[in-house]
Amino acid sequence: MPPNAETRWPHATAPAAAQGADTAPRLAGDLAIWFVILLELLTFGIMFVAYAFARLRELALFNATQATLELWSGTVNTVLLISGSWCVARAVQTLRDAAADASRHAARWTTAAVACGVGFLLLKFSELAGKFAAGMDLDGNRFWMFYVLLTGFHFLHVLVATLALIVVGVWMRRGAYGPGRGADRLHTPETVAAFWHMVDLLWIVLFPLLYVMR
Amino acid sequence: MTPGRPTIACAPSAATAGARRLNRVWLALLLATAATVVLAAAGWIGATRWAVPLTFVLVVGKGLAVALEFMELRRAPALWRALVGGWLLLVAALVVLAWALGRAG
Repeated sequence: MPPNAETRWPHATAPAAAQGADTAPRLAGDLAIWFVILLELLTFGIMFVAYAFARLRELALFNATQATLELWSGTVNTVLLISGSWCVARAVQTLRDAAADASRHAARWTTAAVACGVGFLLLKFSELAGKFAAGMDLDGNRFWMFYVLLTGFHFLHVLVATLALIVVGVWMRRGAYGPGRGADRLHTPETVAAFWHMVDLLWIVLFPLLYVMR
Repeated sequence: MTPGRPTIACAPSAATAGARRLNRVWLALLLATAATVVLAAAGWIGATRWAVPLTFVLVVGKGLAVALEFMELRRAPALWRALVGGWLLLVAALVVLAWALGRAG
C-alpha cells in the first residue's frame, strides 16, 4: 500500500476494496449492460448506415421530405438529452464523493435528468403525432419509413431509460446509495447511467443524420 | 495538523474538480450542438462541400466526449474504449462516404 493511500480515501466509510479504484481501469456499471450497449450500438449503427445509403437512391425525395422536419424540435431534444446526461453524470459523481447526504443530493440531479427525459418524450411524441396527423406516407415515402423506425425505436429507449432513472431516483431519495452501504453501492446507479448515456450517444448521431444532413 | 487532517481538506476539492470537468464537457456539447444548428440554419449544409463533413467531425467529438467523460470510458479497459470509439468513427465515416457519393453522383 503506498504511504499516502489513506489520503486518497478520506472517508472512514469508503470500502477498503475501493482503494486504488481511481487508477485501475474499470467499466462504470454492470458488465451485462455494456454488452447490451454494444448490441444497441451495432443495431442502430446498421440502421444509420442503411439510411445513409438508402438515401442515395432517392436523394431528391429524402431532401424534400427532410425539409418538412422542424430543426428547432430536433435541436431542443438534443439539448434535453445532453443536459440529461450531464445531470446523471453529476448524480454519479455526487454519490462517489460520498458526503453524508450524497444519496439525496444525487436524487436532485436525477430528478433534473428525469425532467429532461420526460421533456424529450413529450416533444418527440408531439412531433410524431403531428406527422401522423398530417398524413405521413409510410408506404410510399422511404424517408418517413426510416424516420419512424429510427426515432420510434430511439423513443422507446429513452422511455425505458427514463423509467429506470425514476426508480433509481426514488431509491436515492430514500438514501439507498449513501456512504456506508458497501463496496457495490454505486453499481446500480452506474449501470442505469451507462444505459442513459448510450441513449444520448445514439441521438448525437441520429439528429444530424435525419434532421441536418442533405 | 495531524497526518490524517489533510485528507479531509483534499476531499471536497477533488470532488469539485470532477464536477467542474463534467460542467465543461456539458458546455462543450452545447456549443458543438449550437455550431451544428448554425451550419444548418445558415444554409451551409447542402450548399457547401465542407459543412456536412464538419458536422460529422463535431458528431465524433461530441460522441467521444459522452463516451469518455459521461460513460467514464476514459477510466475503462482500452478494449471498451476502442469498441465504442471505433463504432463512432466507423458509422460517421460511412455516413459521410454515402453523403459524398450522393453529392458526386
